[in-house]
Amino acid sequence: MSVAMDHLDQLENRSVHILREAYANFKNLGMLWSIGKDSTVLLWLARKAFFGHVPIPLIHIDTSFKIPEMIEYRDRLALEWNLTMIYGQNREALEEKRTFPDGAVDRIACCKALKTDALKHTLSGEWARYRLNHAKKVYELDRNTEAFTGVIVGARADEEGSRSKERYFSPRNAQSRWDVGDQPPEFWNQFKTEFAPGTHLRIHPLLDWTELNIWEYIRRENIPTVSLYYDQGEGKRYRSLGCYPCTQAVDSASRDVDDIILELQSGKFANIAERSGRAQDKADGGGLETLRRDGYM
Amino acid sequence: MNIVIVGHVDHGKSTVIGRLLADTHSLPEGKLEQVRAQCELNSKPFEYAFLLDALKDEQAQGITIDAARVFFKSDLRHYLILDAPGHIEFLKNMITGAARAEAALLVIDAAEGVQENSRRHGYMVSLLGIRQLAVVVNKMDLVGWDRGVYERIVSEYGAFLQQVGIRPACFIPVSARDGDNIADRSAHLPWYKGPKVLDALDQFHTEPAPVELPFRMPVQDVYKFTKQGDDRRIVAGTIDSGTVSVGDTMVFYPSGKKSRVKTIEAFNRPAQQSAEAGWSVGFTLQEQIYITRGEMATVESQTRPQVTTRLRVSLFWLGKDPMVKRKEYLLKLGSARVTARIEEVLRVMDASTLDTAEQRNAVQRHDVAECVLRLDRAIACDVAEAIAATSRFVIVDDFEIRGGGIVREAMADRQTTVRDRVMLRNYKWEPSIIQPEHRAEKYNQKAALILVTGEHESDRKGVAKALEGKLFEDGKVVYFLGIGNVLYGVDADIERKQENRLEHMRRLAEVANLMLDAGIILVVAAAELTQDDLEVIKTAVQPDWIETVWAGDNVTTDISFDLQLPGGAVPEAVDQLKAHLQDKGVIFRPW
Repeated sequence: MSVAMDHLDQLENRSVHILREAYANFKNLGMLWSIGKDSTVLLWLARKAFFGHVPIPLIHIDTSFKIPEMIEYRDRLALEWNLTMIYGQNREALEEKRTFPDGAVDRIACCKALKTDALKHTLSGEWARYRLNHAKKVYELDRNTEAFTGVIVGARADEEGSRSKERYFSPRNAQSRWDVGDQPPEFWNQFKTEFAPGTHLRIHPLLDWTELNIWEYIRRENIPTVSLYYDQGEGKRYRSLGCYPCTQAVDSASRDVDDIILELQSGKFANIAERSGRAQDKADGGGLETLRRDGYM
Repeated sequence: MNIVIVGHVDHGKSTVIGRLLADTHSLPEGKLEQVRAQCELNSKPFEYAFLLDALKDEQAQGITIDAARVFFKSDLRHYLILDAPGHIEFLKNMITGAARAEAALLVIDAAEGVQENSRRHGYMVSLLGIRQLAVVVNKMDLVGWDRGVYERIVSEYGAFLQQVGIRPACFIPVSARDGDNIADRSAHLPWYKGPKVLDALDQFHTEPAPVELPFRMPVQDVYKFTKQGDDRRIVAGTIDSGTVSVGDTMVFYPSGKKSRVKTIEAFNRPAQQSAEAGWSVGFTLQEQIYITRGEMATVESQTRPQVTTRLRVSLFWLGKDPMVKRKEYLLKLGSARVTARIEEVLRVMDASTLDTAEQRNAVQRHDVAECVLRLDRAIACDVAEAIAATSRFVIVDDFEIRGGGIVREAMADRQTTVRDRVMLRNYKWEPSIIQPEHRAEKYNQKAALILVTGEHESDRKGVAKALEGKLFEDGKVVYFLGIGNVLYGVDADIERKQENRLEHMRRLAEVANLMLDAGIILVVAAAELTQDDLEVIKTAVQPDWIETVWAGDNVTTDISFDLQLPGGAVPEAVDQLKAHLQDKGVIFRPW
C-alpha cells in the first residue's frame, strides 16, 4: 500500500501539481533560480514533477556581486542535471558603476537596477541572455529573444508581508507591475492560465512552504546546497543568500542541515525573521512592497 | 491545518487573528516590534489587527483587501490562517482564501448582529465544500457581555446555516480586543461553558483524503522526454479520489479508451505498487493509447463518470459584467477546457438572503444561480453528491476566472447515443503495435480530417480534390473522400432522409476515424454541414485532429469553422488552406 501523506508530502504534491499546470499552459515558461535554498528546492520539485528532467529553462539574474561559490555551484548543477541555464544582467549599470557597492546609489536603487530592471528586460528578451553550452561548458549569447509569458518563482508567503498576498498564479502587467488590490480569484486547483497579450504570469509553487519546511525537505531529499549556509568553523553562516555587500552572515555554529533545523525549531532563530540579514528590506518602510510592485522577485 | 476566517467587514477578523498569534506566542520576534514602531511613527495606538496589515494600502483603507496567510501554532498542531476580506467588493478574495481551507471561523459583531456578508460568506463556505465551521460572536464587551444578545445571534444565524446545509461546531462569545475566550477563558462570560476559539480550532478534524471513492485523476499531461534519452511515456496528474494499483485497467473519459497500468513512476521515491488520492503521480501504460490533457483517468469496474455536453449546475458569479445567454465562456473542470454557453437560467438566488428570483436571463455579480450549461465538446465529470472534487468547475471570461460552480446533474444531449457507441468502440479497440507518433514521423505529417464544406453552389469538391493533388505531390499520404462514396456504400442500408442524418454523420465519422488511425490526411467535401453535424463528427473523431473549412463568401449554416476560403480561384484557395495546415502543424514548412 502507499504511505499516508505527511505535511511535507502535501506541500510537495501541491507544488508538483502547480509546476505541471504551468508547464501545460505556458509555451514560453522560465524558472528563476537565485541559487538560494528556496529556488533550489523549486528546481528539485521540477525534477519530481517531470520525472528527473527539467524541461523548463532556468534563469539567473547575475548582479556580479554574488558570492563566487554561488556561481560555481550553479554551473556544476546545471551540467550535472542537464539544465537549460540562462543568465541575464544589467550590463549598462555595471559598466557605468551605477551601483551601491561603487558608492553611486543607495541600496534600493541598486536592487532596482541590478535585479528588478535586469529581471524585467531579461524576461522580455530586450536585453542579452546568455545560455550555457553544455558541450563547450561556456555561456553563449542566446539567439532566442522571445519574451517569457510564465515565470516560476520560489517566493514563500512567510518571508514578509507582501509575499503573503500572492496567488499561485499571479498576473503582472506589461511593465511587470503587480496590482495587489485587484488579483484574480483562485480556487479548487484552478488557476489563471489565460493572459492578455503583453502581460505575463508569475507562478509561485512554494507559497505555502515555511523556512523550516524548506530545510526539512532538503534533509529528506538530500538536496545539494551551497556550503555558505553552514558554519565552516568560524561561528558564522549565511541564513539567506544575496549580494555580498548587502547580506550579512549570522552568528551560528550550525554545521549541517540537522543543526539548522534544530536551530530553527528551538534555537536562537526560532523567533527571528529570516531576511533580518538583508539590508534592503529595512531601507524601505513598507518592507519589500515597493520593490515587489515594480517587478522584484 | 488550513483555516479561513470570514465574516462581515469590520466585525473583527483581523483582531481575532492578531490575538491568536500574540497569545500563542506565534509571532516572529521582529514582527511585533516592527508593527509597534510603525504605529509610533504614525502616532497611532497599537492594535492587534495591524499585525496582519503588512501592506501600506491596507493600513490606509483599514480593510483587508486580500486573503492573507498567517502561520501559527497551538499545542496540538500547526495552522495556516487565511484572513479573508469582509467587504463585498472583495468576495473573490474571500473565495480564494476559503477554497484552501479545511474549516472556517465566521466572525459576527455582537453589537451589529448578523449582516449581509455574514450570510453570504456562510453560503459561499457551504458551496465551496467546507463542512466544518465555528461562529465567533465578537465584541461582547460592547454589549456589556449580555447573554441575550449572544442567544439571539445563535438562534438567527443557526437557522440560516441550517438552510444552507451547515451544522456549526459552536458559537463562541468573545472579545478579541481584550483577549476574552480566544486563547484564555474570559472572566466576563461565566455563563459560557463551550470551547474557546483556540479549543474550537483544535477540535476540527483533518478530513481524510477520499480514498474510498471511485478513482479519478484528471490527466494533466502525457510526458515523453525522448531527447533526454528517456523512452518512458508517462501519464501525469494529481489523484482527486480513490486508489489505483499496478495491473489495474484504466479507462479514460470522455474518449472511453483503456489500458492497463504498467508502472507507477516517481523521481527519488521508492517504487510503489499503488497510489491514492492526494498524490501527484505518473503512470506508464501496458498498451499504448493516444490520450491527451483533458481526459479523466478512472478505473474499470468502478462507477463511471458522467460524460456529456449539457450540465445542470449551481454557480456563483464574480464578474463585473453579468453572465449572459448567447455569450461564449471558457469552462475549466479538472484539466478539461471547453467553450460553454448558458442554455437556461433556472433560478437566481440572492446569496445573502437566499431569496429566489425566477425568470432571469442573466446572472449578476455576486449572485448564485442554477443554470443549464451547454458545452461545445463533451467532458467527463461527476455530480457533487457523488464526488465533490470532479464536480467543481470555474468559468473564465476575458482571461480571468469570473465564476465557479458545482455540477448537480449531467443531462442528456443529442450525442448521447453516438457517444455511448464511440466509448464502447474505444473500449474494445485493438491497438496496433505501431504508435501514432511513429506513423507521423514516418509520413512526416499529422493525421488530420479536413472538412471542406460550403453552399451547394460552392466549389468545395474542386478545392478538396486540388488540395489532395497538391499534398500528394508534396509526398504526403492523403486521400479525398466525397460524401457520395459513403452514402451509397457504407450507408446503403439507410435511407437518405433528414431523420437519419445523425447516423449518416456517425458512419462518415467512423470511416474517417479508421483512416486517421492509419495516419492519413483525409479531405472530405460535404455541402452545408451544420454545427450539429460537426458535434457528431467531433464525438467520434479526436476533436483536435479536425480542421473545418468553409468554402465561399456566403455562410449559410451555423457551423463554426477554423478557416474561411473566399469564392473564386481554386489555386489561391488551396495555397491558403495549405498555409493553414502548416500553421496548425499538420504538415511542416520547409526550412
